[in-house]
Amino acid sequence: MGIRVIKPGLLSSIQDLGRYGYQKSGMAVSGAMDGLALQIGNLLLGNAKETAGLECTLLGPVLVFEKDQLIALTGGDLSAQIDGLAVPMWKPLYVHRGAVLSFGKAVKGCRTYLCVYGGFNLPEVLSSASTYLKAGIGGWKGRALKRDDLIPFKRLYTKSLKKFNWSSVPGIYPDLQSNRIRVLEGPEFKSFTRKSRSDFFEQSFSLSTQADRMGHYLDGPLLYRDQNGELLSAAVSFGTVQVPPQGKPIVLMADHQTTGGYPRIAQVITADLTCMAQMQAGHQIRFEGIGLAQAQELLVKRKQQLEELQKAITLKYG
Amino acid sequence: MISINPSLVQYYPLGDSAIVIQFGEGVNPLINTQIRAVTAWLDEYTFEGFVEYVPAFTTITVYYEPWILDYKELLSLMKEMIADIGEIQEPDESGIIEIPVLYGAEQGPDLQYVADFHQISTAELISVHSQAVYLVYMIGFVPGFPYLGGLDERIATPRKDVPRSVVPAGSVGIAGQQTGVYPIETPGGWQIIGRTPLNLFDPDRAAPALLKAGDRVRFKAIDQTTFIEIKGAKHGH
Repeated sequence: MGIRVIKPGLLSSIQDLGRYGYQKSGMAVSGAMDGLALQIGNLLLGNAKETAGLECTLLGPVLVFEKDQLIALTGGDLSAQIDGLAVPMWKPLYVHRGAVLSFGKAVKGCRTYLCVYGGFNLPEVLSSASTYLKAGIGGWKGRALKRDDLIPFKRLYTKSLKKFNWSSVPGIYPDLQSNRIRVLEGPEFKSFTRKSRSDFFEQSFSLSTQADRMGHYLDGPLLYRDQNGELLSAAVSFGTVQVPPQGKPIVLMADHQTTGGYPRIAQVITADLTCMAQMQAGHQIRFEGIGLAQAQELLVKRKQQLEELQKAITLKYG
Repeated sequence: MISINPSLVQYYPLGDSAIVIQFGEGVNPLINTQIRAVTAWLDEYTFEGFVEYVPAFTTITVYYEPWILDYKELLSLMKEMIADIGEIQEPDESGIIEIPVLYGAEQGPDLQYVADFHQISTAELISVHSQAVYLVYMIGFVPGFPYLGGLDERIATPRKDVPRSVVPAGSVGIAGQQTGVYPIETPGGWQIIGRTPLNLFDPDRAAPALLKAGDRVRFKAIDQTTFIEIKGAKHGH
């Protein structure tokens, strides 16, 4: 009992909120590129927010349900359909056995999360169900989905409640059309030339076609340092903007390497990683500075919003 | 005994969910000793909001949950920790991990090149490489990849001009003043002089990485038969 893959789509992989505690062993964190969407999807179903879901990228998969199940679709809008009819996102959907979930045009964003009631029945590797594609670890057999895979459910939804009048509250999820990405200065910010520092904030960048779960290359003004000394490798994280010597910045994403030796000009704040993760190639962005305390307040606020959503939904399921 | 001088330690944020603690500049075993002392402390006394730490050559980066404690609170906690650590025992010289290596042939396609580069024989190169004791400064790049310091300058060799698209798991390489072992198959530009039958990264082990920052390592030359034996034993035959 589970979902069977008819077409795998461009890149569909199982992700939770990441594999923590092993970066000191060189192990990437991985996890959902848009962790906020995954959490909301789980909360809508009454799941623990960190439950693993399916991350579908740009060209979504075609999946058939082998049992009745309760699901939620969140994140980017890839025109989800069930049996050829458009279905709403951001709310629980009761899906019958034999139903076919497919996707169409990427209307907004590029990653949709499919959460299922109770989650998928997959073994955890190093305390996480996330797929780390490069090392072939975790998720479904350490890889992206392929045709004929059967991803098992952990539980079936058996409650009589099958019509749902609730959805995610507005205000938690950001506007994906936004061009603003807020950043903190990186440890090597001051080693960049005056012109590069001003270009970084005054000019626009756009997402290049070289963008995957490891990193997003940006097109725009090239950035240079005052002196080109080699740096000793140190930690980099999800959102680190590093600049190799040729000058083209890379925003590191969920599957980023644990350490790097390129200068770190900036760090995208955690609250704006959803927008960064949902961007399609060509999307224009402007970097805007923000204070550390303010960036942390945004995370405290988000945490509260998610807790409120969880409380409200727990009451509804009864 | 050595101790951490708190006035020489720098702290700065890496984004909104990590702090970097820097202990000095350059590749230096004394800095590594300080970093080990701090990571040992973090292993023992965790705190609410702590996520994980990543040691590197001169830094430890500590990831935390800002909704539990903010940067200022974490900063004072970290300063307190550094002050509390006080004097540090010198690292124990006795714990050297031996890594068997089959040098040359198809396992070490660059052995001859590196020997020629330094105008020495391959036997001399193997002897120099396998005599030294190396310090694991950090693990990074890919799961379980050790950055080893202490390579004899006589065999330090620049990276390849064009990286290989495939370097097999277990390959032992040289890049400048560093030597290291590729735990998984990956593209790579290091000069490959041999291969170990040991598995440096196995997610099914309790400690998935064979090595950790602060470990001491020595390479031991082995022959083809021993290589196959160790590799076979590993698979439980």
